[in-house]
Amino acid sequence: MDSRLWLMPALPLAGAAVVGFLALATSRRRDGLPEPVLSLLACAGPALTFLLAAFHHLRFLDLPPASRIVHETLYEWIAAGSVRVPVAFLLDTLSLTMLLFVTGVGTLIHVYSIGYMRGDRSFARYFSFLNLFMFSMILLVLGDSLLTLFVGWEGVGLCSYLLIGFWFEDPEKAAAGKKAFIVNRIGDLGFLLGILLIFWTLSRHGVAGLQFSHIERHVHLFSGGLATAAALLLFVGAVGKSAQIPLYVWLPDAMAGPTPVSALIHAATMVTAGVYMVARMGFLYLQSPAAMLVVASVGAATALFAATIAVAQTDIKKVLAYSTVSQLGTMFVGVGLGAFSAGIFHVMTHAFFKAVLFLGAGSVIHAMGGEQDMRRMGGLAKKLPVTTAAFGAGFLALAGLPPFSGFFSKDEILWSAFSAHDPVWGAVPKILWLAGLAAAGLTAFYMARVFWLTFLGAPRFDAAKRHVHESPPSMAVPLIVLGAGSLLAGLLGTPEALGLGPNRFHEWLAPVFSRGAHGSAAPHGAASLEILLMGVSVAVALAGLLAGWMIYGRRPETAAALSRSMAPLHRILANKYYVDEIYDALIVRPVGAFSRRFLWRVVDVWIIDGIVNLVGTASRVASYFVRFLQVGSVQAYALVILAAMIVLLVGVF
Amino acid sequence: MGAPLSHYLLLAGFLFLVGAFGFVWRRNFLIVLMSIEIMLNASNLVLLAFARYWGGMDGHVIAFFVIALAAAEAAVGLSILISVYRSRNTVDVEELNQLRE
Repeated sequence: MDSRLWLMPALPLAGAAVVGFLALATSRRRDGLPEPVLSLLACAGPALTFLLAAFHHLRFLDLPPASRIVHETLYEWIAAGSVRVPVAFLLDTLSLTMLLFVTGVGTLIHVYSIGYMRGDRSFARYFSFLNLFMFSMILLVLGDSLLTLFVGWEGVGLCSYLLIGFWFEDPEKAAAGKKAFIVNRIGDLGFLLGILLIFWTLSRHGVAGLQFSHIERHVHLFSGGLATAAALLLFVGAVGKSAQIPLYVWLPDAMAGPTPVSALIHAATMVTAGVYMVARMGFLYLQSPAAMLVVASVGAATALFAATIAVAQTDIKKVLAYSTVSQLGTMFVGVGLGAFSAGIFHVMTHAFFKAVLFLGAGSVIHAMGGEQDMRRMGGLAKKLPVTTAAFGAGFLALAGLPPFSGFFSKDEILWSAFSAHDPVWGAVPKILWLAGLAAAGLTAFYMARVFWLTFLGAPRFDAAKRHVHESPPSMAVPLIVLGAGSLLAGLLGTPEALGLGPNRFHEWLAPVFSRGAHGSAAPHGAASLEILLMGVSVAVALAGLLAGWMIYGRRPETAAALSRSMAPLHRILANKYYVDEIYDALIVRPVGAFSRRFLWRVVDVWIIDGIVNLVGTASRVASYFVRFLQVGSVQAYALVILAAMIVLLVGVF
Repeated sequence: MGAPLSHYLLLAGFLFLVGAFGFVWRRNFLIVLMSIEIMLNASNLVLLAFARYWGGMDGHVIAFFVIALAAAEAAVGLSILISVYRSRNTVDVEELNQLRE
C-alpha cells in the first residue's frame, strides 16, 4: 500500500510557504488577510498530519509487532562514489509515537496561538514560522538516517531562533534568539563530528552509509573506544539541543519568545530531540557503558542543578524553563542507563504536562495584561477557573503524584536508575537515583510555590485596575485537552509490578529497542522493591508539596523570612549560580575581544582587504605601461607600427 | 651602368627612416604631411631602382601610380589641415589629442 509518508512533513511545509507568502505579500497593507483565514491555513497542516499519524497508528495496531515498520524512499540526495544517501523516511513505533504527540500537541498549540496572538502585527509570520518548525521536527523524527535527522535538527534550531526573537524590535529578545542559535550551534559541531566519525569508521570497513538500520547492522565494527567517542560526540549535540549542562543557558533566555512557542518548542518538542536521538542510536550507546554513564550523570546533575535554580525564580516562565531543563535531565538519566522506553515515555508525558503548564502560564500572562512576575499575582483561581484547573492538572502530573502521568514515567526512570547494574557503573546509578529523587522533591516544592503564588491567596495587585478575565475558547480548549492528557497519559505505561498487566508502552516500543540487547538496565529486581521505591517517590513528592504549602500557602510571611535568613544562598540561586556571568567573562568577552582586535583588524582589514586592494593596485601599475598603446596620439601609434615592422623584418631575415 | 643597386637601396632606406622619424616626432602637421611625402618618395626610389636593375617596365608603372596616389593624398591631407586649423586654430598634433589623461 502506498503509504505516502512524505505527506507528513510536506503538509506543514506547504502551510509555511503559503502563510509565509501571504505574510510577505500583505506586509505593506495595514490590515492584511483576515485572521480567521490565516488561522485555518496554518492549523490545517499540523492537524492533517496528526490525522495521518493517527491513521498509521490504527493500522499498526492491526499488524503483528515485528511488521510495524514502514520505509519510504523519496529520492537520492547524495551520490558520491559508493556513498548513497537517499532522502527516506522510517515509520516504526518509536517515530510514530514521537510523531503522534508532536503533531497532536503541536496542533493544539497552533489553535491556542490563534487566541494568544490575536491582534499581533506579525500574525501571519508567526504561523509561517510555527509551521516551518513542525516541518523540521517531523523531518527529524521521521528521518531514516543520521543525515536526515540532522537536517531536521538544524531546521528546528533555525525556527527556534526565528520564533524566540519573534518580537525582534526589542533588542533583548533578539539577543535571546541569537544566544539560542549560537549555543545550539556549539552542540551541533559535536553532533556533526560524531556523524563524521561514524561515517569514517564504517567506510574504513567498506560499508559506508548513515541509515539507522545500516549503522545498527554494523555496530559491532565500533570498538569500545570508537563507540564511546562517537556516542559522546553525538551526545554533545544533544547537550546543546536538549539544554543540559553546560549548554542549557539558552533555554531560560528563550522565554523571551511568545508563550505558545515556549510551550511547543522548548517544552514539548524541540528539546526532546536530543533524547529521541539517543534512543534512536541506542544500539550504539549500548556498545559503550562508559558513554552511557556520562549521559546519565550529566542528566542527573542537570536535573538537580536546574531544580535548585527554579526554586528561587520570580518569573513564572523562568520557573517552567528551569523545570524543563531539569526534566530533560531526568529523561537523559533514563535513556543513559538503557531504559529507552522509560525515557521516551517521560518525553511523552512531559510534552503533555509541560505544554499545559506553559499554556496555562500564557493564559495567566494574557489575563494579567503581560505581567509575568509572580510576586505581583495571587488569587487568580476564582477569576480563571479553567486555567487554574488545567495548570493544576499539569502541576500534579509534574510533581509526580499518582495516578497522574508524571508519576509513572518519572518513577520508571528512577527505578531503572536504582536497579541498574553494570560492572563499569558500579554504585553510581544509585547516586543518580538519589539525585533524581532530590530533584523530584524540589520539583514538587517549587511547583507548589508557583501554584500558590499565582492562583491562591490574596491578590497582590490592584484588582480594580487590572481587568482579569478567562481566556477565549481557542485558548481554553487546548488547555482542557492537554490537562486531561497530563492526567491520563500515564495509564499507557503502568509498570508490571503493580499487577496491572505488562507495561503497554514498553511493549509497544519493544521491537525498536530489542534488536540489540535491551541494555544493562532492563529493570529487574524484585517487584516488591519496586513498589517500595514507588512509595519513596510518592513520599518525597508529598513532602515537597507539603513544604511548599506550608511556606507559601499557610503562612506567606515565612517565605520572606526564609529568604532573608538564607540570603546568600537565595541570592546565588536567584542569580542562577551566576553561570551566565561566568560564561560572559570566560568566553563571550574574550572571543569578542579576539574577534575585534585580531580577526577584524588584522585578518579582515590587513590581509583580506589588502589582497583585494593589491589586485587593484597591480592593475593600476600595469596599466601605466600598457596605457601607452591607446593615448590617442597618432604619432605614437605610428611609432609602434614602425617598431613592429622592424622587428618583423629582422625576424624574417 | 651607374651606381651599384645597393647604393640606391641604402639611400631609399635612409630617406624612409628620415620620413618615418619626421612623421613620429614632429609636431607641426604640415611637416608631418611632408614626411609622408618623403616616405612615399623613398619607396618610389626603391621601385625605380629595381626596375632599372631587372630591366622591365613594371616598376616604372607602379611608381606612376604611387605618384598619383601621393598627390591625391596630399590634397586630402592639406584640406584636413586647413579644416583643423579653422576649427582648432592650431596645427600642433599634440593639441589635437582628445584622449589625453
